[in-house]
Amino acid sequence: MADILGAPVDEEGFLVNLKDWNKDIAIAMAKADDIELSQEHWDVIDFLRNYFEEYQIAPAVRVLTKAIGKQFGKEKGNSKYLYSLFPYGPGKQGCRFAGLPKPTGCI
Amino acid sequence: MVEKFDIPTLPTYIEIPDIEKGAMKGDGPFKSSAEFQNPLGFPGEKVADWQTVAIAKMAELKSKYRSVQVFLDACVKCGACTDKCHYFLGSKDPKNMPVARQDLFRSVYRRHFTFAGKYFPKLVGAKDLDETMLDDWYNYFHQCSQCRRCSVFCPYGIDTAEISMAAREVLDTVGVGQKYCNQILGKATTVGNNLGLPEPALRDTLLDLEEEIEEETGIAIKYPLDVKGAEVLLVTPSADFFAEPHIDGLIGYGKVFHQDGVRWTMSSFASEGANFGMFIGSYDVMRKAALRIRKAALDLEVSRIMVGECGHAWRVAYGFWNTLTGVGAGATDVFGLKLQNQLDPRYSQPQHIIEYTHDLIKRGKLEFDKSVNDHRTVTFHDSCNIARASNMGGIPNGQFILPREVIKAVCNNFVDMARDTIMESTFCCGGGGGLLTDDLMEIRVKGAMPRMQALKAVEGSDNVDTLVAICAICKSQFSKVLPKFDFDPYMIVSVHQLVGEALIMDKPQIEEDLSATEVVG
Repeated sequence: MADILGAPVDEEGFLVNLKDWNKDIAIAMAKADDIELSQEHWDVIDFLRNYFEEYQIAPAVRVLTKAIGKQFGKEKGNSKYLYSLFPYGPGKQGCRFAGLPKPTGCI
Repeated sequence: MVEKFDIPTLPTYIEIPDIEKGAMKGDGPFKSSAEFQNPLGFPGEKVADWQTVAIAKMAELKSKYRSVQVFLDACVKCGACTDKCHYFLGSKDPKNMPVARQDLFRSVYRRHFTFAGKYFPKLVGAKDLDETMLDDWYNYFHQCSQCRRCSVFCPYGIDTAEISMAAREVLDTVGVGQKYCNQILGKATTVGNNLGLPEPALRDTLLDLEEEIEEETGIAIKYPLDVKGAEVLLVTPSADFFAEPHIDGLIGYGKVFHQDGVRWTMSSFASEGANFGMFIGSYDVMRKAALRIRKAALDLEVSRIMVGECGHAWRVAYGFWNTLTGVGAGATDVFGLKLQNQLDPRYSQPQHIIEYTHDLIKRGKLEFDKSVNDHRTVTFHDSCNIARASNMGGIPNGQFILPREVIKAVCNNFVDMARDTIMESTFCCGGGGGLLTDDLMEIRVKGAMPRMQALKAVEGSDNVDTLVAICAICKSQFSKVLPKFDFDPYMIVSVHQLVGEALIMDKPQIEEDLSATEVVG
């Protein structure tokens, strides 16, 4: 099984054990995707992790955009902004960096 | 994560491509592990005597479903289906010609179940089930979206999707399952939806949505969950809660319900319209998922069951729920009969949300400001399972007519794509049938080519800038593949998004009617 900084990941690059997550892992995952994590990225990652801790699932896209918009300004409260940070999708790429399981379904 | 494949160029006309042997050869999508296989009753890994198990399963399917045997026997290799498959047109791999893909399964059937194939295999193209063949099954039967476009053109009416489903069921039985579908089915049959969205998260997501709509419109539109005694139970794909553009469709449903004044609810126990049991070809798993809806309907004591914008959900609901769950006629077990007595016979059961909205429009219960959608020129993508496996409104071709009438009632600029790419001849979005997973992105993009070509044509001729669909998979697939063909990914929207945006919201009509009566009296 592949790993990132010693933590096993599945075939899609998601952490197998969610407890393995740390900031260095997020940075390494982003680097592999040619992304340097900025404060804006961390704001989203922190929100994803807090939401997951409460609900055991990633937030719906609209819940995420609304929360980011409220916290960091209305111009950031849309999925276009989130896609600019996470080109492969806030749901899939963002969750991966944040150490969340991959959202599944017709999405 | 950069694609290692070429994006097809869009031709002016769809032509039969020069074949490229082995163009889509590969290992297929990620395989399912024991964690996802076992809860569905499938072995966790490839079983030791897999050949024997596979042939025995084929024998069972052949005797259980006469259709499978007829479809396996009837093909005369006329070739009418060859150029009808979007995956063949987009990938040029000859094994994606429907007849060739089916023949992977049919040649093994011949070898084991026909006289000629048993004794003179070479003469009749009968083949043994060896490792290479099994690998080909796994790879190529996951390059079929079970859209059944080829079946429309088959002079014998062979339902190719049923063969793909049978092949996938045999694969699951020997322990070679697909991760995407089986992981999702595990969540759907335990948590209640494909996302694995638990009740507290669903409740809060809906509250958030109510808040957002009230902020925007000033109207308190509710998204009720688990309301006992409601009239309508809405069963919608969970992508409607979670993803974009789906959620704007959900907003549209809520506005229509609000305006009608009907008491409706969703269920946290059965919060999923999609039923991937269909994709993996397992009626047992399909039934397991469907029974959650029956339980929710009985517990909530609803009198109507309605299905949201989801393609195969409507196929399962329209074609299978009656005998699986008792929604509609034909159930014989005690709970099925109980549900049949509970449901209101004045309405079709189940009813599609498009049928519901269409009926309200026809009866003049909804008013629209169509100019709100004037900035758009809209075309409609018929989703395969709705187009080729269901009906709406109880009239011939209703599944084509009703959605278009709803769109035209809320929007002034509507244009259809070329006739041979819509209605019963619609091209799949490229992501249906359990293929909507990132590990199948190459075939998804290539398979989208014919639909993209038809869209490009109306973009050029009529300035179409909005693509509308009534299927969660289509919507997600288009958001991903549109930009690959230089379209705006945000041009794909739900029919009920257009409805919701144009709907004139006023006070509930029931109260208004009552006060009017009082004045007259």
